[in-house]
Amino acid sequence: MNGLSNTIQIVKRNVKRNFRIPQLLIFSSIQPVIFLLLFNYVFGGAITSGENVKYINFLLPGILAQVALFGAIQTGVGLAEDLNKGVIDRFRSLPIARYAVLAGRTLADAVRNVFVIFLISGVGILLGFRYQRGIGYFLLGAGLIVLFTYAFSWISAVIGLLLRDTETVQVAGFLWVFPLVFASSVFVPVQTMPGWLRVFARNQPVTQVVNAVRHLTQGNVINGNAYIWITLLWVVGIIAVFAPLAVWRYRKIQ
Amino acid sequence: MRQTNAIIVKNVTKHFGKLTALESVSLRAQQGRVTGLLGPNGAGKSTLIKIMTTLLPPDKGDVSVDGIDVVSNPRMARTRLGLAGQSAAVDGFLTGRETLTMVARLYGLGAKQAKKRAQELIDRLGLQDAANRQAKTYSGGMRRRLDLGASLVATPKVLFLDEPTTGLDPRTRLQLWEIIRDLVKQGVTILLTTEYLDEADALCDYIYVIDKGKMIIEGTADDLKKSLGQDIIEVKVSEKNLNTAMLVLSKMLKRDVETDELTRRLRLQTKSGADDLLKVAATLRKAKIKVEELNLHRPTLDDVFLAVTDGGSN
Repeated sequence: MNGLSNTIQIVKRNVKRNFRIPQLLIFSSIQPVIFLLLFNYVFGGAITSGENVKYINFLLPGILAQVALFGAIQTGVGLAEDLNKGVIDRFRSLPIARYAVLAGRTLADAVRNVFVIFLISGVGILLGFRYQRGIGYFLLGAGLIVLFTYAFSWISAVIGLLLRDTETVQVAGFLWVFPLVFASSVFVPVQTMPGWLRVFARNQPVTQVVNAVRHLTQGNVINGNAYIWITLLWVVGIIAVFAPLAVWRYRKIQ
Repeated sequence: MRQTNAIIVKNVTKHFGKLTALESVSLRAQQGRVTGLLGPNGAGKSTLIKIMTTLLPPDKGDVSVDGIDVVSNPRMARTRLGLAGQSAAVDGFLTGRETLTMVARLYGLGAKQAKKRAQELIDRLGLQDAANRQAKTYSGGMRRRLDLGASLVATPKVLFLDEPTTGLDPRTRLQLWEIIRDLVKQGVTILLTTEYLDEADALCDYIYVIDKGKMIIEGTADDLKKSLGQDIIEVKVSEKNLNTAMLVLSKMLKRDVETDELTRRLRLQTKSGADDLLKVAATLRKAKIKVEELNLHRPTLDDVFLAVTDGGSN
């Protein structure tokens, strides 16, 4: 109970941080919108997203996953920043649960991702995106993305605690997130990729979540439900490995 | 009544890789007093503070704060101590009130109590006008006060202040000194690190000087100054009188007097400062030498510091 209450306080602090620092707000709102506009209008005409499928309907679930994953990079960046500023030392000198600072950070970033997802979906709808299976399934899809990127926030947290320098963490973040985002079904169907890349792209977690969300919003994905379960397995697996790792690193901070 | 020690550090050693940050360092801080930890940059002050506040485990040695073993029972120790750091770990995007309320909630206070506690601290630290502004708009002194306030939320018995006034203007420093003195009156034990010797002189009942990870010297400010030896009388006269003054004073003291022609000053070491000062004044008057300045000063902590620490040889 104590740990939960500690966590809630840290979440509140980090949510305020995410929404009150202008650069962060821009990063989490304007940048995703620009991504959506760019990819839709630059690639939209050139990419065949399947018969009778408007590109925006194909793209939006992918963009949602992409911007949410980019948001997850900020978990590590934020932790590194707090480490350097001495904020973490303050928290560590308080009698609070070990995991509270980390859980508070990852959850606050999940809150921001909820905001980003609704923002992007709104803009997407203006661009012609339609959820074919109704709002309920759409919300399930949004929830799945939030859950998925929440798991990635824990990976990002470990990186932040290991590298400790905000700029390095930022660069490193793009290093591991970019291949996952681009070598996936986020922007294009994986069929056109060379064989070795297709194997990776088909099986890596980002493709699973994007296909699951396409299934939930469009209903045109073969074996759609399987993607949902595989995504959930990834979520559980990633958290099971990286959350303890992050807490362990946190305890080792010197 | 026997004095008890609120902080006991025994033979603490800490290595970072090959670097020895602290070597068998010991320290005691009396309850209800201000103990100073003095040393140049990189001497090991912050490392020792981190060890005493549970942020860093020592490689060897024992540390207890308010009777709690910090190494084996850090969580318990954290309920007894407060830490205000040198980097003023204050979130610029939170208001002062939000920061204090958050810390109070983290200490386990309920929402209502936390609000009340925050208001008490705001009043006590004179932050009323700024309480509802984001801390990024605060001056350096206000940030320090807020940082200090956050460390006071749980009314700690032992308060660690890591360079509390570094970078503050003189007036703001004096304000902070007042707050620190108030805390002492309420019975809080304080351990502070500083690079300012006048600060140690003004605030600390007992001082430890640390350099290159080792304790070099300890004592009250007076002890430390006395350890350096005698008081000094300085006389400043006009250029044409410099020689005459030197002659009459040498004659009076029956020894040579150190003369600095550039600053037109004569320096006399003395054991009985005030008596000698009067004698010097009388002698100079008798010789009709006009005195521009005449003063007696004790060795300052600066003198001690420069004498005992290795003056930045690396």
